Amino acid sequence: MLKQIEGSRAVAETVARCRPQVICAYPITPQTHIVEALGTLVKNGDLNSAFINVESEFSAMSAVIGASATGARTYTATASQGLLYMSEAVYNAAGLGLPVVMTVANRAIGAPINIWNDHSDAMSQRDAGWIQLYAETSQEAADLHIQAFLLAEQLSNPVMVCMDGFLLTHASERADIPDQPEVDAFLPAYQPRQVLDPADPVSIGAMVGPEAFTEVRYLADQRMRQALELIPDIAAAFWRQFGRASGGLVRPYRTAGADLVVVALGSVLGTVKDTVDQLRDDGIRAGVLGLTSFRPFPAQAIREALGDGHRPRRLVVIERALAPGSGGIVTAELRAALADADGRSCPAGNPIISTVVAGLGGRPVTRKSLHEMLTGAAHGVLPPFSYLDLRTELAQAELARIRATRRSGPSAENILRDLSATAPGPQG
Amino acid sequence: MFAVRFHGRGGQGVVTAAELLAAAAFREDRYAQAFPSFGSERMGAPVTSFCRIDDKPIRTREPVTEPDALLIQDPTLLHQADVFAGLVAGGYILINAARDFTALGLDDLAARHESGRLLTVPAASLAMAHLGRPLPGAPMLGGLAALAGPVSLDAVLAAIGERFAGQVAAGNAAAARAAFDYVTAERKELAGA
Repeated sequence: MLKQIEGSRAVAETVARCRPQVICAYPITPQTHIVEALGTLVKNGDLNSAFINVESEFSAMSAVIGASATGARTYTATASQGLLYMSEAVYNAAGLGLPVVMTVANRAIGAPINIWNDHSDAMSQRDAGWIQLYAETSQEAADLHIQAFLLAEQLSNPVMVCMDGFLLTHASERADIPDQPEVDAFLPAYQPRQVLDPADPVSIGAMVGPEAFTEVRYLADQRMRQALELIPDIAAAFWRQFGRASGGLVRPYRTAGADLVVVALGSVLGTVKDTVDQLRDDGIRAGVLGLTSFRPFPAQAIREALGDGHRPRRLVVIERALAPGSGGIVTAELRAALADADGRSCPAGNPIISTVVAGLGGRPVTRKSLHEMLTGAAHGVLPPFSYLDLRTELAQAELARIRATRRSGPSAENILRDLSATAPGPQG
Repeated sequence: MFAVRFHGRGGQGVVTAAELLAAAAFREDRYAQAFPSFGSERMGAPVTSFCRIDDKPIRTREPVTEPDALLIQDPTLLHQADVFAGLVAGGYILINAARDFTALGLDDLAARHESGRLLTVPAASLAMAHLGRPLPGAPMLGGLAALAGPVSLDAVLAAIGERFAGQVAAGNAAAARAAFDYVTAERKELAGA
């Protein structure tokens, strides 16, 4: 049913229609509305599921691992520090091959304390063995959960659906929440590969030494390679069933004949697309490549989307997380993907790649700043690595203090003090 | 595209008002996006929320920096520097206040602003009368429907009916209707003057 609905609510109602048998989650902003809504649906008898309250995220993931091992369809959600706190169990869910589905309402990681959106949390778990799908809109966030259960259960591998905290979780927009029979037709009952059953005892999660650990990991990578095939198939089946394009590996926009292509993940893609339309009006041949799947990393799909013959001359990668001391996480993966399967560069020459770190800790990514930055990129003046809207004067003032004084004090608080001195008045 | 920025204080239903406006636009088969200025909102602290309405899907997710209309739910925010920031030329301003522009210290603004596009409406008093609580959100939307008409009063009333139930729905709807009538009368008076 088409509704004007908060993103969190759209996800909760859609997850409910996926009939999870066990839901276990610990509330953390900005994910709280999702599990609150699911808790209410269970309590009111609208969803037949066991909702388990726990005392921490570590327990939440541990409980869904146990439930999943008994053959139950399981769901949880978290964000930020909560994801880090459950990290050990996150790896375990993947290592055991349990098809848990988890929403990560993307948010920065402290210190300093920051509750706002970026991709630092999910990116920190990128090699935990989970499939990672990033939603562009509330509609896609909801839809990806239906696809995630199917994908997870077909592969016996957990799937993380990443949706931008606040920007999607707290925004009210139009979304079509599928009816129960439609979801039932798309998502069959879970047929587990392994079941903990007292009547037929098995061990799951025993110690594996050097004699077989590599092989277990090899199989984990094979599942990811299989996911590269399955993700587009499931997106195509979803389109046939629901009539909407959601999911898939990559999503090109106006890339045909483009000289400049912006690569990004998540909800920033909407603002980038609007900006690219402006650039096209300016006469700059720009396009966008959205990455819906980050794990597995869709190297082949990216090469195909960028064209094997005519490649864009420039790529700009918007990074919603920073890898200090290295730069851009997405950039590094993209650079490796652009070489061919034998590791050689493309005969037509590889594009010049610029990394732009943007929207850290909730800083708005605006069309104005994107337009200015991308116009610079089109004219060849964008440096290889930069920050969108970095307040250089604030950073320089703190660097000067650090040079001048040994005991310069805590940087974050020094910067806040400078800010309140230059811009008095309450912060909105 | 019609973009609205709401200014109020935590506890005044600033976020709910933006969501109701989006729901009203949806009922008129338009695309809408409502979202709060994300933060750790506290009771009484300044809160901003946003709503965009368009005939096509809305893709951008940046905060509204150039609003077509400002709904100021708390007049004590008027003299905080950034309340009027970025309002487009010919934009609308609706302020929840029972006092005139002079009493609000807004003579300069009123002199500069196009007549009939800057109005006050006693939204909190209307809410007190009809709802029993000084929550200005619904009457401000009724006032906006009369002032700028990005959505109709009927759509606002329908959105209220969908969101609330019983006495709360009835009270909010009555307050919205009263504010609509108040602003309509004000505009007639200004047009005739």
